Amino acid sequence: MADHGSMTTTSAPPAVAAPAGAPPSPRRKAASGSEKMVARRARVGWVFIAPFAVVFVAFLLAPLAYALYLSLFTKGLATGTKFSGLDNYVRAFSDPSFLKGVWFVLRFSLVLIPVQMAVSLGAALVLDSLTTRLARFSRLMIFLPYAIPAVIGALMWGFLYSPTFGPLQQIASLVHAQAPFLLSQDNVFYGLLNAVTWQWAGYYMIIIYAALQGIDPTLYEAARIDGANVWQIALRIKVPMVSSAMVLILVFALIGTLQFFSEPQILAPIANGSITPDFTPNIYAYNLAFSYAQFNYASAISFALGIIVFIAVYVFMFATRKRGSSLS
Amino acid sequence: MSALTTTAPELARRPRPRRNVVAHLFLAVLVLYFLVPIWWLIVASTKDAHGLFSGSAGALWFDSNFNLVANLQDLFTYNGGEYLHWLGNSFLYALSGGLGATAISVLAGYGFAKYRFRGRNFAFALLLGSVMVPLTALVIPTFILLSNLKLTDTVWAVILPSLLSPFGVYLMRVYTADAVPDELLDAARVDGAGEYRMFFQVSLPLLRPAVVTVLLLSVVGTWNNYFLPLAMLSTSRLYPLTVGIGLWEQLASGNNGGGHSLWSLIIIGSLVSIIPLVVAFLTLQKYWQGGLSLGSLK
Repeated sequence: MADHGSMTTTSAPPAVAAPAGAPPSPRRKAASGSEKMVARRARVGWVFIAPFAVVFVAFLLAPLAYALYLSLFTKGLATGTKFSGLDNYVRAFSDPSFLKGVWFVLRFSLVLIPVQMAVSLGAALVLDSLTTRLARFSRLMIFLPYAIPAVIGALMWGFLYSPTFGPLQQIASLVHAQAPFLLSQDNVFYGLLNAVTWQWAGYYMIIIYAALQGIDPTLYEAARIDGANVWQIALRIKVPMVSSAMVLILVFALIGTLQFFSEPQILAPIANGSITPDFTPNIYAYNLAFSYAQFNYASAISFALGIIVFIAVYVFMFATRKRGSSLS
Repeated sequence: MSALTTTAPELARRPRPRRNVVAHLFLAVLVLYFLVPIWWLIVASTKDAHGLFSGSAGALWFDSNFNLVANLQDLFTYNGGEYLHWLGNSFLYALSGGLGATAISVLAGYGFAKYRFRGRNFAFALLLGSVMVPLTALVIPTFILLSNLKLTDTVWAVILPSLLSPFGVYLMRVYTADAVPDELLDAARVDGAGEYRMFFQVSLPLLRPAVVTVLLLSVVGTWNNYFLPLAMLSTSRLYPLTVGIGLWEQLASGNNGGGHSLWSLIIIGSLVSIIPLVVAFLTLQKYWQGGLSLGSLK
């Protein structure tokens, strides 16, 4: 089924893709030759996995376990470090700074993800229906921000928002108006929304576009003969066919947004105080650890954030499961 | 590509000019939106400090005073040429972290897809679960762990954690399951090939598109990473570009532009920092274009 020579292999229609875990029956026949060979091959399997297993244990399981361990202790000035059970978690979930940050990232995800989705799906559908040179050029340009670090993306938008030398203000002053400062207390939500959408929409667009390109075009022809118009083809055939790609993107967007760090951290110095040191849970944990040396409490915050992300992703996966698509 | 070529004649046969105009307009607006910040960056890189803040040409057009070369000289010599160190560090971290993570992911994905052994299903379930673990939540615990080992503030503190790529393993496993037929491996075994030779000579060439994709993803991920090096490093000579430029920005907004005008350095520095990856993406188009959809395969 796969054609290995070219990249198009990957755009096999999701519905037709064979389940990866399907038991390869012919192999079993061949392998049943001798017990020894099976054992040897199992060993070889572990050898292939071993480097990853080492990294996985050292940089995922160990930090997780260590964070959990640290979060169960409290360091006092007079008392030293002592076991305190779940105190840090009780503190975290009644800490207005942490709760405010969680509330912000949840609210931000709820607005950001639909906006990003609309932009990337819209662009992908249009690009999929055109084969002109302009369309190819556009595809590349829309994707380009993916190659730019979030730090630089945030900086550029920060400059563009600037009331002293940004173009927004210059355009507004042509008509003697005051442009909104997109990093002010009231507007920073939208300023960040724009910067993040700009950064990621192109990447998501490419994933959806590649999935669209994998759909068998005879489906459209059949639908057209049945009298379907362009919109019906887009909404009834194309969108459902790429739904598994979209679920994957949504999950990544959700995980990424709940861990929001780089953009607000970079924009904080030029935002006149509207991005506080407890703006998002990750920024809060960073400041607790590196400005206040509260490593135990910072670990508890990190761990609590991890749990929130896990729950959010599972709620989301559960909600979309009906569609018959999931990571596993 | 096959999809493109089959639909092309059909479109030509049935032109729908009005809809195409609307579609192209929509694309033009999108392109404008995505390019404005980059255009601004290019324009601003050619200005001196005066032109930047009070130039007569506006933010989106060139000043009469074209200062690009002087800005570049400034950038590479400022503070003992620390920018060049950062550039070198970014390459070091992205290439070693990216290549390492890719090699590890390819091996593990292949092992999961093509071998049966005790604990495989459990290990893979663990891996799938870990794709959901927010990696930045691990940064602070990893920092404390590495500081106990006296490894923080060294290049290893950035490179070693970058080797972890559960998603890369997942992609390689999914891809390998389809791209390397078991029959082919069995035939090679019958011919007497060893398991490892088989991997390098039979399987690896078939996996090339996925390998390139995972490599791109992990190089970009490491090059663009900010939180990890920010937490791990305190010696500015070890910074990658992202953390270095962040440092300049803090200095510049801290002293309100007094002394050396750091803002022009930040701008030209940002421009130079995005060139390597932008060039890589533009020249390697045919490799990444379908490949990024790998994740949507299932």
